[in-house]
Amino acid sequence: MPKTLYDKLWDSHLVRSEDDGTSLIYIDRHLVHEVTSPQAFEGLKIAHRKPWRTGSVVATADHNTPTTDWDKGIEDPISRLQVETLDANIREFGAKAYFPFLDKRQGIVHVIGPEQGATLPGMTVVCGDSHTSTHGAFACLAHGIGTSEVEHVLATQCLVQKKMKNMLVEVEGKLGPGVSAKDIALALIGQIGTAGGTGYAIEFGGSAVRGLSMEGRMTLCNMAIEAGARAGMVAVDETTINYLEGRAFAPQGEMWDRAVAYWRTLKSDDGAEFDLVVRLNAPEIKPQITWGTSPEMVIPVDGRIPDPEKERDEVRREGMERALVYMGLEPNMAATDIKIDKVFIGSCTNSRIEDLRAAAQVIKGRHVASNVKLAMVVPGSGPVKDQAEKEGLDRIFSEAGFEWRQPGCSMCLAMNNDRLEPGERCASTSNRNFEGRQGAGGRTHLVSPSMAAGAAIAGHFVDVRSAK
Amino acid sequence: MEKFTRLEGIVAPLDRANVDTDAIIPKQFLKSIKRSGFGVNLFDAWRFLDHGEPGMDISTRKPNPDFVLNQPRYEGASILLARKNFGCGSSREHAPWALFDYGIKAVIAPSFGEIFYNNSLKNGLLPIVLADSEVDHLFHEVEAFPGFRLMVDLEQQVVATVDGGTVYRFEIDAFRKHCLLNGLDEIGLTLQHADEIKAFEEQHIAQQPWLFT
Ligand code: SF4
Repeated sequence: MPKTLYDKLWDSHLVRSEDDGTSLIYIDRHLVHEVTSPQAFEGLKIAHRKPWRTGSVVATADHNTPTTDWDKGIEDPISRLQVETLDANIREFGAKAYFPFLDKRQGIVHVIGPEQGATLPGMTVVCGDSHTSTHGAFACLAHGIGTSEVEHVLATQCLVQKKMKNMLVEVEGKLGPGVSAKDIALALIGQIGTAGGTGYAIEFGGSAVRGLSMEGRMTLCNMAIEAGARAGMVAVDETTINYLEGRAFAPQGEMWDRAVAYWRTLKSDDGAEFDLVVRLNAPEIKPQITWGTSPEMVIPVDGRIPDPEKERDEVRREGMERALVYMGLEPNMAATDIKIDKVFIGSCTNSRIEDLRAAAQVIKGRHVASNVKLAMVVPGSGPVKDQAEKEGLDRIFSEAGFEWRQPGCSMCLAMNNDRLEPGERCASTSNRNFEGRQGAGGRTHLVSPSMAAGAAIAGHFVDVRSAK
Repeated sequence: MEKFTRLEGIVAPLDRANVDTDAIIPKQFLKSIKRSGFGVNLFDAWRFLDHGEPGMDISTRKPNPDFVLNQPRYEGASILLARKNFGCGSSREHAPWALFDYGIKAVIAPSFGEIFYNNSLKNGLLPIVLADSEVDHLFHEVEAFPGFRLMVDLEQQVVATVDGGTVYRFEIDAFRKHCLLNGLDEIGLTLQHADEIKAFEEQHIAQQPWLFT
């Protein structure tokens, strides 16, 4: 029977399953960071258990680390304790690789995995972080897991799972200029809702997806979780293989050839059946902006803030009204009339080199608007930062009035000092616009890197398609 | 993990859809390296009018009188009634830890964020999926009758009003139910299959040796 990519990844990692479908699947790569791992290591110690295979572990500190004044270390004592706890745990238990705070290769866990070639096609990848779906861009089965599951994977190398259903999101045609993978993701979530993917593994396909770079595919898979799907994935093609060749942890020589031969089989067979197919027409997708406190509250840049009075569903209407109050917006207002206070370009969604290039292209030779209090760029990793500096992007940003920071999660979740103050409004390339996500009382609008850059220059949202 | 068998308790209605784990336990409290003590900061940004930081003395905080858990009629609630997609967003297990620590032992909603759903079951917190119309009905009941209580019986897989007038059946995976009823440690259960895992691993190494270098 023809199989989907997800079926293949599932079958090739299935250790055992019970009659009711409860299964053990084997885990190839376990990414670890400081926030969701301390209690898991502690649990192992209390139970006198040893990790099953530390060779699967790749760790970094990213959520809590500062993005300025690295010479001063981590000033917040509680954040520092968490990072030091990770250092100690890795020292005690071991890992294949650890990129601690201050390491040149440190960065956001979902940026460094692929960048180092620690994420390879055909793998099962887990991490105590919901955006682990990012790695699916490499035809991996990648799940975000909770801390108990982190402990379970450390101890047994397996995850208890039931097979999900198959969803295909097919995006056909050519994206317009100024429209990116982020806009596909937001348009999809606008269409199916934040619970639309619940219970499914999403495969992204179609000519528009095949036309994306690996960076773009990672952005798309990253946002699968915001559509409710624990895993998103894209089939292997030349783009995948070209990206991986020569990466630090990628196989080499004869092993590389063997691996590539296998990787080429990692796609859905012709005639494979999906439980649900969602279609998007790429040329119709416009740059997107979220207006509310859930990623499904999204409109195209030429749209208007929706009017709750026109919503018939009571729960939805109340949700919209509450979101409008929180966001300080009025119904029917044009998206381009929304003025902003801060701009954040970063996060595991949009902090890779291509994202920084796209933003720099919009900014070049211009200056951040006077009403913008802070515009910052936080590269996803040390190597992204180095590459950007080699290309002179840091100068473009600095000359335009952006702050050029050290890598980390930063204002995506504001666990370090980078945050919004109550009432501040931000154009952000991150993935969550939840209440308080970027700082208590902060107001987040999710957009693509070029839309964030355009907003920084104008001081309000602009249609980057016409602003060029 | 604590066993979950039967529960009877006051129901608190949280009438919002898409309640995310950032709202359940805001990020500033994730800096802890412990599993306990999150209950005082459950729904911190909604429950209090002042901004909460780790280590603050709760007796000096300003509770938000409008928030459901601060209303006297819901004091001591052990069952939370919620709308669709409860627990969406971040994978933080601190969310079920905070609910459990606060005293919530079951959450009823039409749907849940998947990672949250899983995390809850591993911590003795029972997430119960009921149909939209059933949840709607319960919201009306809770609001109409102060002191409204429900009974949850995991063995029978039912939620019922204490007078037995309304009984709703819910589904739960047999394995999860077994673990919850007996308070079983899942790692121990999985390790009973260590030989199978080893055998799988050997065959996996032979097929994709590059994954093991
Ligand atoms: S950048 Fe944001 S979403 Fe990504 S791993 Fe860090 S905190 Fe999570």
